[in-house]
Amino acid sequence: MRQLLIVGGRIIDPSQGIDMVGDLFIAEGSIARVGRNKEATPSEPCPVLHAKGMVVCPGFIDLHSHLREPGFEEKETIATGTLAAARGGFTTVCCMPNTQPPIDSEAAVEFIQSKADAEGAVRVLPIGCITKGRRGEEMVEMGELAEAGVIALSDDGNPVRDSRLMRYALEYSRLFDLFIIDHCEDTSLSEGGMMNEGWVSTRLGLKGIPAAAEDTMVARDIALAELTGGRVHIAHVSTAGSVDLIRRAKDKGIAVTAEVTPHHLTMTDERVMGYGWENKKASPLPLSCYDTNAKVNPPLRTERDLQALVEALKEGVIDAIATDHAPHTDVDKMCEFDLAAFGISGLETALATVFALVHRGEIDLMTLLSKLTFEPAKILRKSEMGTLKVGAAGDVTIFDLDAEWIVDPSAFASKGKNTPLAGCLLKGKVMATIYGGDISYRDDAMKLETARREVKSKT
Amino acid sequence: MRTTKQRETEPSLEVATWRRRHILDLDDFAREEIELVLETTDAMKEVLSREIKKVPTLRGKTLVTMFYEPSTRTRVSFEQAAKSLSADIINLSASGSSVEKGESLIDTARTLQALGADAIVMRHYHAGAPYLIAQHIEVNVINGGDGCHAHPTQGLLDLYTIREHLGTVEGVRMVIIGDITHSRVARSNIWGLSKMGAQVVLSAPPTLLPVGLDASAFPPIAVEQNLDRALEGADVIMPLRLQLERQKQGLLPSIREYIQRYQLDAKRLAKAKPGALVLHPGPMNEGVEITPEVAQGAQSVIEEQVTNGVAVRMALLYLLMGGAQ
Repeated sequence: MRQLLIVGGRIIDPSQGIDMVGDLFIAEGSIARVGRNKEATPSEPCPVLHAKGMVVCPGFIDLHSHLREPGFEEKETIATGTLAAARGGFTTVCCMPNTQPPIDSEAAVEFIQSKADAEGAVRVLPIGCITKGRRGEEMVEMGELAEAGVIALSDDGNPVRDSRLMRYALEYSRLFDLFIIDHCEDTSLSEGGMMNEGWVSTRLGLKGIPAAAEDTMVARDIALAELTGGRVHIAHVSTAGSVDLIRRAKDKGIAVTAEVTPHHLTMTDERVMGYGWENKKASPLPLSCYDTNAKVNPPLRTERDLQALVEALKEGVIDAIATDHAPHTDVDKMCEFDLAAFGISGLETALATVFALVHRGEIDLMTLLSKLTFEPAKILRKSEMGTLKVGAAGDVTIFDLDAEWIVDPSAFASKGKNTPLAGCLLKGKVMATIYGGDISYRDDAMKLETARREVKSKT
Repeated sequence: MRTTKQRETEPSLEVATWRRRHILDLDDFAREEIELVLETTDAMKEVLSREIKKVPTLRGKTLVTMFYEPSTRTRVSFEQAAKSLSADIINLSASGSSVEKGESLIDTARTLQALGADAIVMRHYHAGAPYLIAQHIEVNVINGGDGCHAHPTQGLLDLYTIREHLGTVEGVRMVIIGDITHSRVARSNIWGLSKMGAQVVLSAPPTLLPVGLDASAFPPIAVEQNLDRALEGADVIMPLRLQLERQKQGLLPSIREYIQRYQLDAKRLAKAKPGALVLHPGPMNEGVEITPEVAQGAQSVIEEQVTNGVAVRMALLYLLMGGAQ
């Protein structure tokens, strides 16, 4: 019998409001027992993970990842991307369809699924395209994709410009209860833009992307969701304006959900100035400025936006934290800023990045963990994920809230070493990730006893 | 006065304070450093006034110019400066080189270093490109203009020209007119002039003014959208080149309307202080941002800017490449 006992950890499950020290027993790939004082201990010897001083919670769910396969295997593969996910504490990743070919057919979905079954370290849920070839012209055959197993639709990176097409997609998607994830960007406002439009872009002489490029599209999508009754999910919200619009839409009861990335929650456009830049009035640029690892779309915004995003997360205006893991090669990034690819390799730093908010007292741990577990599961309508309820999937993440580590991209499991956090000291470390009852990642410091003998369950 | 012997050899200057490796923008220049450059330029102008405009200072040194964007004055100016100091010069342009074969900028710069370049001057249409190569090679990097970001040698030659005519830059009111958003010259001038105690006034329609000028991007700058008001009390006026495609991009309703409101003509010039200097970074669109009458008028120092450019670049090459010896 496949079994695993996790002992002595601080068990936190936002889906049930549990926060207690106890043991967790997983059997046959599902949560079997959770309890204090060895209530959960099985009578027979089984493998044991010691989690004293650590947090044990449902495995994280990432609504937004780029695994790059098929087509861009030099950037990432399903094997390396899911390993990176496991190291980041994620047991489920939803992968975006901007691959080559794009995920707009049953065959493409099946390719992802078979690769994930064979090589995946964690669960992969494919997202299909909204339009054929992500060209923004004709809807995909949603029925075929739904039957093949996509969990949502998105033309990520290529926002659907044609409002009429978006309207029909939202209407038609109701037939299959699929939700639509939109990357909100008015490309006529953002065209040629390289970073947030503001004093930093002015200083660097780079073309800016105004916040309004996102806000206007969010407003449109909300209006269309209201019109059609379709479910729209706003990807990687980055502006205070979007937050206001989503808040009002939710107040009106419109079916809209939203996600935010760890980087938009913790970094501003000043990060493009590179390390060594002193945040003083009119200080000189360091040699490391024009940091292409801080080039991401939507761009890192301002302190005001950042504060609004944190507030929105606390209030529930933003439902989930998603990584928008976007791995790229060195060649894609070691070049002129204008030519560099957009994106941050985020799976392996996500947890420690957002824990900064907990350590600073800006958000409580239970709320934050709900944004990585229970809330994304709700959006996916997967009641067996993101929870430690008995019978749920045996997906568990164990982390040390206070462990400090220095980000070393060369040690990433992801092929994408593109992170603006290289060399940064982060606090909070994933110690083990259990997917479907099996250990998919375990830190060297995490002890595993293969068979515990001195169990006294009847004491 | 210098002795004949000195004149035949080298300008004698104190370069002990110069520890700079690259010239990427003026934002990291101290005021004393700028003063040293301007004083060194005086000596170089003297060299250029000789019958034989050449000193052996940089003999055996190699300067490579990498110009990814078309340029007449900056490239030729550097070439002339290098030759006057007896340096060898190699001109590389993007077309006809391995750049066309897709070689990365870093690899091209490393190759030039391996081939023996002592300094590289780079002009690039992407902002930040000189910072990128400066991180990866050991040789001196001089920014010859990067995208909309900076053009430090232009900023220095403008400072020199102003100082030459007005005696000082301190307290000078300089009005820069036009397409500030896309102007690397404006950005570097803001740094240089502010550091030397001048007041910079920007005058442009809102679509040509970048956002965030009032925050911590730059030293304090005044913005006066009405050109007539901006020109009151001006000591120096610099209209920027207006690229005609700005109209196509929708930033302006028409060139005609721009001319009506922002062209520097004799009537507007009269609103500035008597004898105010007219500068232009070139190339000019005569009849657009400036009338030919003003461009060639008595107050124009546009040609002197070009001449001074050679001396300033000689000073910079001397300080960068010769100063260490």
